[in-house]
Amino acid sequence: MLCQACGQAEATVHVTRIVNGEKTESHLCEQCAREQGEAVLLEPVFSFHKLLGGLLEPEADPAPAEAVGRAPVRCPNCGLTFSDFKRLGHLGCSECYETFQKQLEPVLRRIHGSTAHAGKIPARTGGALRRRRELNRLRQELHQAVAKEEYERAAEIRDRIRALERDLRPGG
Amino acid sequence: MSLREIINRPVSEWMRGSGPDRDVVLGSRIRLARNLAGIPFPAVASEQQLEHVMTMCREAVAKAGSLGNMEFVPMSSLTPLERQLLVERHLISPQHTKAVRHKAVILRDDEVVSVMINEEDHIRIQVLMPGMQLGLALDVADRVDNGLEGQLPYAFSETRGYLTACPTNVGTGLRASLMVHLPALALTDQIGRIIGAVGKFGLVVRGLYGEGTQAVGNIFQFSNQVTLGRGERETVEHLISVTRQVIDQEREARQAILKRNETWLEDRVLRAYGTLAHARVLSSREAMQLLSDVRLGIDLGLITDLKPEILQELLVLIRPAHLQNRVGRELGPAERDQLRASLVRERIRAFQAEQE
Repeated sequence: MLCQACGQAEATVHVTRIVNGEKTESHLCEQCAREQGEAVLLEPVFSFHKLLGGLLEPEADPAPAEAVGRAPVRCPNCGLTFSDFKRLGHLGCSECYETFQKQLEPVLRRIHGSTAHAGKIPARTGGALRRRRELNRLRQELHQAVAKEEYERAAEIRDRIRALERDLRPGG
Repeated sequence: MSLREIINRPVSEWMRGSGPDRDVVLGSRIRLARNLAGIPFPAVASEQQLEHVMTMCREAVAKAGSLGNMEFVPMSSLTPLERQLLVERHLISPQHTKAVRHKAVILRDDEVVSVMINEEDHIRIQVLMPGMQLGLALDVADRVDNGLEGQLPYAFSETRGYLTACPTNVGTGLRASLMVHLPALALTDQIGRIIGAVGKFGLVVRGLYGEGTQAVGNIFQFSNQVTLGRGERETVEHLISVTRQVIDQEREARQAILKRNETWLEDRVLRAYGTLAHARVLSSREAMQLLSDVRLGIDLGLITDLKPEILQELLVLIRPAHLQNRVGRELGPAERDQLRASLVRERIRAFQAEQE
């Protein structure tokens, strides 16, 4: 395929833009790409961040805290702000996902078309996760048993809850 | 086996060119990104924190057992040439050779498994196998992951899955890739169309050496993009089923060219063979293109005295660091092109002798 701009050199830079669901494609040679300012995409480190920046611009963080004179929200664990993330293209630590949950939601949806994990659950953390789910279920059961005045069953459930809580305690 | 022995071994496991669909699929790669809970990601972590990650990972591998014969190698213990050799063998990323102070790689002695420590994420598990063996590669990666997870506090969230430095990897942290050789689709000018079509199915197409690299020698990597909202198996199956269409089209295109224009094709692949067998100066780019043609000739039975794995083998051995390692000194570009030509001639003669 030849470059769309000069029609002479082989097109080696293929740019696909999706803006508000509208897709445009251009095929350029390296030199024309540089002239048209697409060359940033040739630098591997920049390409993704540039794309990510594009993803972030439209709606996330419409009025940055700094602009209205408020102190920006910082991740309590690593100190990263959301503008840092936009500039760097990566988060600071695992806690950032919690801190910037709201802002990340639309970003994740755009990148992945989804925001919920559907894959592997690690055995260890996953074990706690399963126990926590069981605990919630038992607490509901206890509630019902008490409501129905089934005290013997309630006592049984309470013992199971205590055992699970001991398990879940750090170091336990 | 020491790292020196690994590096000096002529071919890696995946270069042997075995595995299903080997006429088109050169290799299958699985990468899992993992991080340790609470510790800042490598790009923002302090020196002490990075050192701490190194120590934890080193101990985890030692304790985990059942991971095979794993060697922990700090990147700072390697010379720049040795680091480059690992890149050329696809065992580490080019990024992992920079700012090496608190980086390490854990290598299994068969080169199937490598784990990068403190690259973009704290831990990146990689499995590389020949041919179309993505499912098996995922199994292997999964076992290594379980072994490490038993020793290390992973950053994992119920809703977001495995938490990664870049939100493009969050969820499964999985990047599955198939390395495919598509000479006939390139010859018939269909590559652009196919890359576009594949993109619509959520796959990315890149050159051989990953992000930002060009496709040389008609070798492409097809990878998944989505890591959230889809399970590991589903991701791998989706990648395989889309790539399968491309593989079929490549095979059809090969037969179509052969049928319509056998003499032209035969002339092309044999000219390539002649050049490789006799050239005295070969640039890397020229060698790759000629090897791609020769490989097409072998796959279509037009060249019968060479084995198909000559492509995989030489595409690693003709790279600059491998050439320099061979002669044990630094080489200028001109010297490199000469040495490359003589190595190619030598390997071709060895392959021919084997077939006789």
